[in-house]
Amino acid sequence: MISSQFPALQVVLPLMMAPIALIVRNPRAVWMLTLLVTWMTFAISLSLLMQVLDGGTIIYRIGGWVAPWGIEYVLDKVGAFVLVIVSAIASIVMSYARRSIEDEIPEDRIYLFYTMFLLCLTGLLGITITGDVFNLFVFLEISSLSSYVMISLGRDRRALSAAYRYLIMGTIGATFYIIGVGMMYMMTGTLNMADLATLMPAVADTTVIEAALAFLTVGICLKLALFPLHLWLPNAYAYAPSVVTAFLAATATKVAVYVLIRIIFTVFGGVHVFQALGVQNILMSFAIMAIFIASLMAIYQDNVKRLFAYSSIAQIGYIVLGLSFASETGLAAGIIHLFNHAIMKCAIFLGLGCISLRMGRVTIKDMYGLGTRMPWTMAAIVIGGLSLIGIPMTVGFVSKWYLVRAALEAGMWPIAVLIVLGSLLAIIYVWRIVEAAYLKPAPENAKPVSEAPLSMLLPLWVMALASIYFGVDATNTLSIALDAADSLLNGGLQ
Amino acid sequence: MQTFSGLFNYWIVIVLMMMGFYMVISQHNLIKKIIGLNVFQVSVFVFYISMGKIKGGTAPILAEGIEIYSNPLPHVLILTAIVVGVATTALALSLTVRIKDAFDTIEDDEINALEKADRAKEREALS
Repeated sequence: MISSQFPALQVVLPLMMAPIALIVRNPRAVWMLTLLVTWMTFAISLSLLMQVLDGGTIIYRIGGWVAPWGIEYVLDKVGAFVLVIVSAIASIVMSYARRSIEDEIPEDRIYLFYTMFLLCLTGLLGITITGDVFNLFVFLEISSLSSYVMISLGRDRRALSAAYRYLIMGTIGATFYIIGVGMMYMMTGTLNMADLATLMPAVADTTVIEAALAFLTVGICLKLALFPLHLWLPNAYAYAPSVVTAFLAATATKVAVYVLIRIIFTVFGGVHVFQALGVQNILMSFAIMAIFIASLMAIYQDNVKRLFAYSSIAQIGYIVLGLSFASETGLAAGIIHLFNHAIMKCAIFLGLGCISLRMGRVTIKDMYGLGTRMPWTMAAIVIGGLSLIGIPMTVGFVSKWYLVRAALEAGMWPIAVLIVLGSLLAIIYVWRIVEAAYLKPAPENAKPVSEAPLSMLLPLWVMALASIYFGVDATNTLSIALDAADSLLNGGLQ
Repeated sequence: MQTFSGLFNYWIVIVLMMMGFYMVISQHNLIKKIIGLNVFQVSVFVFYISMGKIKGGTAPILAEGIEIYSNPLPHVLILTAIVVGVATTALALSLTVRIKDAFDTIEDDEINALEKADRAKEREALS
């Protein structure tokens, strides 16, 4: 049966299509090819999620070699869930991409963009599915290198320097990660995650493992842009092509969060690093600082893409805060917010892409009066914004609700208060957008703009409606997140 | 074994690592930053390779008379990491070429100043 090969196909499909895209070159044909691949990976990942929910963890041995000698692909509930998020976002973004890419990237470079997109997708899917820590590093670098290239394709010259800075910080992060992996290998002699998890408790008290944990945490936090390691993010998101921003904001940092979950709750699962080594306090305080400082920074931005880039850093703070409770509710809140934030940020950045197509750039001033001139685009952005604040009936509310509950369960009511206060800051920066679009009149000398084309509005509204749908009926996503959290805390990889 | 000389290889690794890291942070020239990044990465390669080496060990070949051999796995891993490192360096250098075209400088602080000027220009255009 072909479905038994799905875990490998998931990664091999985009990987094989990337060089083909390079040969085909015709922008339209390459786009069709990429679109087909992304929807196929989405279908595969959905079927994998069904398999995992029905039959438990899937283990796929590459080349038939038995672990720990061979490399395994392991897919448990968290992995399958993240896989669906990444491939769903990729297919929505690709459906949207054609017009926006033709507008923002010179024609002779378009096929390069799609090649890089396919490689980035390969890397992100690979990270999610692999059960081997070194294999994870390779996929991490595949996705990172291709995202540096995608960012540098932006029109503004600052895209280049942003890509360069991201490259330097990203490489330092990845190198820290392999230092950590090397130290774990020294002490345990294995690279397989499940194997590491069983061998770890015996050597957990050594300084080598403590140093390994430190290197791993810092390295991964660089990749997921946890405050204060977020410096690469604002410019990278602000000056990358709109499609790239939408894709990376919704997937790249999320997958890095997934890596953090894997390392802390699976590889170090038997050690309870949170209590023993004080990782909890460190992550929690940085997460809170991320929420407040990044939200404050967001309020003062004039470039709207930059504004939402800062808001992304704040939202990553919420996700990490959820993880740092290390309770079932907290972890579930983190996982559910990972999903929810992917949806709403994707919707917002796709909306900004529509504005950028019509206006050429996206500053607060450009948005004056857009509420009547581009009503559909603006409405979708506002829905995303409401979700960021956490208004009931949107996905943002579900995750905030669970975060507050986790804080109260842990007996940390001041943190619950801080979560609510953080949402108030979100109201301010979202209000600036609403005010500009609906309450300010369009400038008199404004060039006439029409609504974005349907091929872009449709994917945008799919995301916007998804952020309402999963806010009203969160039972499915919540039960997956709760199950996943439960198996992470109590089951390990088996 | 746990003496200074016994841990000689790790001292080399740490010194190289810190030198590379410091270069990345302190240098303003983009090319020098890349060199620093390379030194930093190479220190990790040395770390892996020396970890798998056994004194007096040979290559892991199945042949008569060979009893002690080094662990080949870390060496193979580093082969992969070297390839990744080369790709990163190539990309960083080509980005530097493009930055030179766009900003006409490869000094980090000058680029910062130019970016600030870009931002100021934007703000002026808005008001």
